[in-house]
Amino acid sequence: MRYAAPTTVDEARSLLAEHPGSRVFAGATDLIPQIRAGRPAPPVLVDLKRIDQLMTVVHEDGQWRIGAATPTSNLTRNRDFTAMFPGLSEAMGLIGSDQIQNRSSLGGNLANASPAADSVPAMIANAVQAVIASGDGTRTVPVAEIATGPGQTSLADGEFIVEFTVADPPSNTGDAYLRMIPRTEMDIAIVGAAVRLTVDGDIVTDATVVLGAVAPTAVTVPEAGAALVGAAIDAGSIDGSAMDTLADAASAACDPIDDKRGTVAYRRQVAGVMARRAAAIAVGRAQNGV
Amino acid sequence: MSRTHVTCTVNGDPVDFLASDDTSLLNALRGELGLTGAKEGCGTGDCGACSVLIDGRLNCSCLVFAPEAEGSDIVTVEGIADDDHLHPLQQAFLEGAALQCGICTPGVLIAAKALLDANPDPTETEIRYALAGNLCRCTGYDKIIRSVQEAAVRLKGAAR
Repeated sequence: MRYAAPTTVDEARSLLAEHPGSRVFAGATDLIPQIRAGRPAPPVLVDLKRIDQLMTVVHEDGQWRIGAATPTSNLTRNRDFTAMFPGLSEAMGLIGSDQIQNRSSLGGNLANASPAADSVPAMIANAVQAVIASGDGTRTVPVAEIATGPGQTSLADGEFIVEFTVADPPSNTGDAYLRMIPRTEMDIAIVGAAVRLTVDGDIVTDATVVLGAVAPTAVTVPEAGAALVGAAIDAGSIDGSAMDTLADAASAACDPIDDKRGTVAYRRQVAGVMARRAAAIAVGRAQNGV
Repeated sequence: MSRTHVTCTVNGDPVDFLASDDTSLLNALRGELGLTGAKEGCGTGDCGACSVLIDGRLNCSCLVFAPEAEGSDIVTVEGIADDDHLHPLQQAFLEGAALQCGICTPGVLIAAKALLDANPDPTETEIRYALAGNLCRCTGYDKIIRSVQEAAVRLKGAAR
């Protein structure tokens, strides 16, 4: 196993092309425990953190470009970013300890393809796009299309995520992310729920609901979002029957595992509760700002 | 196994060493450099006993490949005292009996230093969150939290 620290995207492409089976990494917070647990070591470890583009966060022309290897703590500490995407920022702030968040990245959280990855539902709810180095060029796909199953992605050998792009949210829009864990801190979600919605006065005009940890990949629940569209908001609270429909749709969309951390029935029920609570937070942000 | 020549700064001193590419920064610190303050508890980033500052940021050195340290500025528990004077955190931990076996202590001290460097007047809740990545299996956390609070008071007094 050899360590390499390319300083350009093209140099990283060449390394991966010359050494099939090599792995890119940013924080290595998943990679090192995996190797220690007995996963085969890649021929070359390609450290992406010396490539400026992958470590840069830029906000211009109504769009954010987020280097895929940027530590998540750079984003959670970024006041402008957190003001626009409080739910996504909260999701990143739930991943491990300060030690982990100084290394962990959105690119790694997505490409590791854990069904319980906290940032992924929040990225999908915000329509974040992944820019992937592919062959000699790049391709851009929605974040929802990267993970295909636990530990499995649609990235071909030699491809890697360069950056994420996300448009500024429309006005009167709010997002939120909540998760359920068996402990109070430093644990892996058994249910995660991200909601982003837009309001016009006292009416919800758009809503996206995405669940994590209740299926092999994060799942968008169109029926749950549709339940909110057109719903009335009274004194900051979304109409109760619309929220009931949302919760039922979220529960119905679950295809969870059953283990000692949470049974299928429990995960299903909690998914509805988390989605409802996240929607309640998001509507407050949409109406009042953060 | 490839080896990489690494040049960096540790506790203010320029150092260089030869590291296996698959070894951790923690192993290099303890083995090549003889700095055995940072400990390996879990080796997977859960316990925080290997915490060090890299370019001012708190990290688990077990989750860093040693060659990544090239050009960086590292602070370990060996570097926080001022010559013969313990760091106020170390002094407060001694007086407050905030350690028993001591395995977690170097990491806790570094994490607490990272907190106080960024936030000199943290609330108890902020201290507990900032130390959530550092596990102690014998003392319990209350003496640790109180000692960090005491050190914060002393540091603020010294800064005045």
